[in-house]
Amino acid sequence: MRFPFSRPAPTAPAAPAPAPATAAPPAPADGGVLLETVGLTKAYAGADGELPVLSGIDLTVRAGEIVALLGRSGSGKSTLLRCLAGLIPPSSGTVRYRGTPLTGANPGTALVFQTFALLPWLTVRQNVELGLEARGVPPRERARAADQAIDLIGLAGFESAYPKELSGGMRQRVGFARALVVEPDVLMMDEPFSALDVLTAENLRGELMELWESGQFPTRAVVLVTHNIEEAVLMADRIVVLGSRPYGTIRETVEVDLERPRDRDSAAFDELVDRVYRIMTGRPKETRPPGRPDPGRADRRTVANTPLPTASVDGLSGLAEMIAHRDGRCDLAGLADELGLDIDDMLPQLDALDLLGFAEIHGDDLLLTEDGADFAGADVQDSRAIFAGAAVEVPLVRLIANSLRGEPGATVRAGFFRDLLAHHYTSEQVDRQLETATDWGRYAGLFGYDAARQEYRLEEA
Amino acid sequence: MPFPKSAPGRSRGSLPSRTVGRPSRMTWVDVIVAAAVLVLLYLALRIGHGTTVRFSTARDAAVDTDPARLPYDAARSLLRMFAALAVSVVFTFGYAYAAARSRRLERVLIPALDILQSVPVLAFLTVAVTGFLALFPGSMLGLECAAVFAIFTSQAWNMTFGFYHSLVSLPRELDELSRSFRFSRWMRFWKVELPSGMIGLVWNGMLSFGGGWFFLVASEAISVDNQRYALPGVGSYAGAAIAAGDLGRVGWAIATMAVLVVGVNFLFWRPLTAWAERFKNEQSEATEVQRSVVLDLLRRSRWPALLGRALRPLGEALGRAGRAFGTDDRRLDAGPGRRRTGDAAFALVSGGIVLWGLVDLGRYLADRTGLGVFGEPLLLGLATLARVVVLVAVATVVWVPIGVKIGFSPRLTRIAQPLVQLLASFPANFLFPLVVWLLLRTGLSIDLGGILLMALGAQWYILFNAIAGAMAIPSDLREAMDNLGVRGWQRWRRLIIPGIFPAYVTGGITASGGAWNASIVSEVVTFGGTTLTATGLGAYIAQATAHGDYPRLLAGVAVMSLYVVALNRLLWRRLYRLAERRYSL
Ligand SMILES: Nc1ncnc2c1ncn2[C@@H]1O[C@H](COP(=O)(O)OP(=O)(O)OP(=O)(O)O)[C@@H](O)[C@H]1O
Ligand SMILES: [Mg+2]
Repeated sequence: MRFPFSRPAPTAPAAPAPAPATAAPPAPADGGVLLETVGLTKAYAGADGELPVLSGIDLTVRAGEIVALLGRSGSGKSTLLRCLAGLIPPSSGTVRYRGTPLTGANPGTALVFQTFALLPWLTVRQNVELGLEARGVPPRERARAADQAIDLIGLAGFESAYPKELSGGMRQRVGFARALVVEPDVLMMDEPFSALDVLTAENLRGELMELWESGQFPTRAVVLVTHNIEEAVLMADRIVVLGSRPYGTIRETVEVDLERPRDRDSAAFDELVDRVYRIMTGRPKETRPPGRPDPGRADRRTVANTPLPTASVDGLSGLAEMIAHRDGRCDLAGLADELGLDIDDMLPQLDALDLLGFAEIHGDDLLLTEDGADFAGADVQDSRAIFAGAAVEVPLVRLIANSLRGEPGATVRAGFFRDLLAHHYTSEQVDRQLETATDWGRYAGLFGYDAARQEYRLEEA
Repeated sequence: MPFPKSAPGRSRGSLPSRTVGRPSRMTWVDVIVAAAVLVLLYLALRIGHGTTVRFSTARDAAVDTDPARLPYDAARSLLRMFAALAVSVVFTFGYAYAAARSRRLERVLIPALDILQSVPVLAFLTVAVTGFLALFPGSMLGLECAAVFAIFTSQAWNMTFGFYHSLVSLPRELDELSRSFRFSRWMRFWKVELPSGMIGLVWNGMLSFGGGWFFLVASEAISVDNQRYALPGVGSYAGAAIAAGDLGRVGWAIATMAVLVVGVNFLFWRPLTAWAERFKNEQSEATEVQRSVVLDLLRRSRWPALLGRALRPLGEALGRAGRAFGTDDRRLDAGPGRRRTGDAAFALVSGGIVLWGLVDLGRYLADRTGLGVFGEPLLLGLATLARVVVLVAVATVVWVPIGVKIGFSPRLTRIAQPLVQLLASFPANFLFPLVVWLLLRTGLSIDLGGILLMALGAQWYILFNAIAGAMAIPSDLREAMDNLGVRGWQRWRRLIIPGIFPAYVTGGITASGGAWNASIVSEVVTFGGTTLTATGLGAYIAQATAHGDYPRLLAGVAVMSLYVVALNRLLWRRLYRLAERRYSL
């Protein structure tokens, strides 16, 4: 790998960072360990003590590789990335950069944000120069390095534009240039393409990979957070799949040894996508800690082990109807393809159908159950009734409905459920769970909710 | 002091609406901090009082009311205003930054701010005058400082709250950007935090500045301890003209004031707000942008570029020097044990100081008047409270329908909005003589007329916010109502009242706070040789001030602050929360 930029002399004694200015650039896969986590756990406060969102993460990032962190929404990908970047402290375990445990922001990383995080009051060039300015590089050198990075990333001509004049793709290019210009050891990207439209994302991804493959990329390794399976298979040398139940653990690590540049249409590519897809949608293997009940066993479902996916009633019934149109059985990847969606965007709806007993997953295929077929085929009134029958079996919905049983007109404050859930979920998760449960319960006609008073109450018949 | 509260007219929702938005309850911290503020006030009083100053009476109150002096006087007044603004900005940076950066300080500073802004500023004035006169014995500088201080206290809290809010609500990714790219603290402040808060700062500054005129007028001529002091300025000019009962010269003063308010707005604030547009954190071009002829002119000239080039090396040098403040980083390994010890020590020390002060205060009061001194102002407060309630109610009934009418018509809005803004910042105490003259002619009691006087300044906030609220109602909602045939009272109940509610609450808080403050100057008024005095807490404070009766002054200020805080917590803040939850568009 070549380093196209004249490296500015680090004037400030930057932390224990053995400045990445190693004389001889390493071969793409020299394998030196850059980042390493051992037994990393991250927990947020719950009602009785800390609730883990990440647990037992052992991960190594070596020079010359692209590592993708893949997982569903809420599996802790961003949290892990921020631990690696030294932005949030792990609850236990260590993060090491080149063998030294982190005590603050990681000096060897630079972040690319999903939302770009450009400063709107600075021009493109000023934005790109920020990292160098922070290091105390003199203005002239700064400008030269910034211009090179801007050129490399295809932004030439936009130097003096302000971010709001740029399209989304161009903005993210600024994000890349800003990160690359400081020549970090590890480039950290948190869903860098997910705020872009499909075509723009595809184009930018391609250009980035060309740069990486050509060896002009001024970093030694990349950590990419994504929930897009194809993106991970296309870009990564190694895919780390995070599972989210009961909390974020490494479910499996998949080596990708397809040749670069990768061909999306090849059979090997498809096969790998399918494999990763199965890992993501399948039941976790033995990742349960002892003492937790098996989440797969329907008869022992509890509020604690059965989190509600963030899926609206409209969304899940839409999916049910589509499967019904395909005779109650279809291949989810194929369906997503037809609709021009990412598979992972449909996962919450899929989980919801599964939870409600409307659909089952068999291998790659999605099967509508009898109830599911009825639900999809019914008119508005009937589908409400069928939905009510299924929803009342969902632990949280059932809990709310049961607490209201008793005299008509009874009310229960949302705070009560919030406190109950706080024993098992972080505050953010609690909010989302209650939101979904309220949506489902209201649609099913099981209970009503008064948002002003934050109270659940039995609907009058 | 509870003057301007929001930045009406700006795109909705992007401005931190201070105080009330914070969902805090009256906690023990609030109580302690309230006590601390009281102690602080008391200490200032004692120190200022202890060093009695003999001010050479030769130089005092005689003010020349020749209209030819007005330009000079106006310049002096303007200088005072800008000096106060500068002090406010510096204070804002320091205070807000400290509160946002230190978890411990935050627990104390923010409730303190909340209470400070409820303390009637005008009552501070005496404290300030005696204090500053002691600092600069025998020179005008003391008086100047006191006036600047009075204006400052009317501006600073508002700006500080806004800036603090923008500091703590910095978007998470900007914080991560700064830390992961290892910005220096200096860089974080100037490149990230200040620009993020710039729009709020400018708008709050503008509104506070508008409110400041009132205090300028009140502070230029003042009698403390049975002594009259006056500084050259429009306020003291008007004061002298009023004392002489010369309506013609009062008219000159009013005209000058109008020129000042409009001029500063046109030459300073409008260009500034238009310039601040560049700090908008919006990803696309905004539809409604602030424009300023003056700024356009400046931009077309070569000065900004030249100045920029000249200043760049300075900026670089400062940036290099600023690296001394260290890197923006948060240690990952802060142990909870050490933190708790630190917290405990901090609480112990600050609690101890407050307790000591309270004990001393109790002894001071017991020595002079006994604690019964609080009884009378508590009762009088009810009278003033009644005035404030009537004022807000009447202003609502009168101005909300008019404001809605204006807000629904873009043409009317264009004309009326700047006008109302001007009226709101025009110091109402300037117009007092006219009203008093009217009262004298009609024989109306000042107990009722006081409401009118208080309303002169306060009512505009309600009108202003009604306009802003009506403008915020999307036109497709109005079209839908037309289409469904929803008219009359039903339209008000279903669309207009819920639609303008959030803005109205903001206006109501501001108006009510302003009215309390104005009561100090409205319940005792003089015109020519006649003095009218109403029954109320404002008059009580004003008289205690004039006679240098410090125990009564202290009691009056404390009780008025209590009333304002209680009203805010019990009524306005609840309405505000309701507005946020139910009626945000
Ligand atoms: N500050 C916090 N307090 C409480 N819970 C949190 C906090 N931050 C994250 N969480 C929880 O931790 C879990 C992991 O969050 P994280 O953002 O890392 O997930 P993610 O995999 O990046 O998801 P997404 O794909 O939606 O970005 C989520 O369930 C979230 O609710
Ligand atoms: Mg994320």
